[in-house]
Amino acid sequence: MTTNTDPVLAEDPITGEEIELPADVEVGEIIDSPVTGTELEVISLDPVVLEEAPELEEDWGE
Amino acid sequence: MRIGILYSRIRRDEKLLLAELRERGHEVEKIDVRSQRFGLESTTADVADLDLVVDRCLSTSRSLYATRFLDSYGVPVVNGPETGDVCADKATNSLALANADIPTPATEVAFTKEAAMEAIEAFGYPCVLKPVVGSWGRLMAKIDTRSAAEAILEHKETLGHYEHKVFYVQEFVDKPGRDIRVLAADGEPIAAMTRSSDHWLTNAAKGGETDSFALDDRAVELVERASEAVGGGLLGVDLMEVGGTDSGAYTVHEVNHTVEFKALTEASEVDVPARVADWLEATAETFANDRTDEVVV
Repeated sequence: MTTNTDPVLAEDPITGEEIELPADVEVGEIIDSPVTGTELEVISLDPVVLEEAPELEEDWGE
Repeated sequence: MRIGILYSRIRRDEKLLLAELRERGHEVEKIDVRSQRFGLESTTADVADLDLVVDRCLSTSRSLYATRFLDSYGVPVVNGPETGDVCADKATNSLALANADIPTPATEVAFTKEAAMEAIEAFGYPCVLKPVVGSWGRLMAKIDTRSAAEAILEHKETLGHYEHKVFYVQEFVDKPGRDIRVLAADGEPIAAMTRSSDHWLTNAAKGGETDSFALDDRAVELVERASEAVGGGLLGVDLMEVGGTDSGAYTVHEVNHTVEFKALTEASEVDVPARVADWLEATAETFANDRTDEVVV
């Protein structure tokens, strides 16, 4: 049975390897790929889809 | 309550806030502004029945436009677009602080490299050159010599976006290796921390070390006035001590309108997401009461 404390598994879009995401992962969240260190964005949760996150832009911040 | 979160990237800050709001039983509508359209009378975003929308856009331009459109539809949004407009631009920010007689670093704006060089020479060395829009300490220059100034100005004029040709020149404040970040809700401090570094830039985003900070009466007063000067809301007010550590004298260098608070949560003993949620609940209630009053009138 899946519980909300179980890690979420997803495919790293760059390497194709399976990676583990936190159980409380959110759509829109940025995850550092444990394989390459690349920032990945969570695009959807059902199914879990990751994409390479957008590059930092000049007007980002506080 | 039903609360909307405008975002384009969920940072640790947004995760903390989302968890707190959901734990309190609020229904949260996440609105990714990248996938929405904003017309003159309505938007594709599902905002119709929201009690409050919180702007957590990472991108300043998206933040300013999205809140402006929502506000025009009559959707209650924090921080409001007027506050965003003042805070997003360092020149506007400095003017608001100065006009409210809040101590703030001496600043000049010039539009050509020749005029900017005159401003730099008038301040003397070192002085500081900042982009009018930007954050996290990016593209800030501490100018130590005339030759460095000439090079930086030429690069900005040649390579930069038009905003980089608005030269924002500021006195260098010899702070005691740290500055102070205060998170405040409508002028009332929620938490404060120092950001320390051997580098002249002490931003947490630049690796500055954070520690809790106890505000004295003068700092509390300045935070309240700075908040009011920019239109209020949930703000990050940045102060520097003048005259040394714990001198009790401050200058307010800027106020931030989409403030990050994860570092404050870690540095202070304050449950920052809970205090932010308290303020959001109170603010939603105020908006609702204002609407009721309008109907009665």
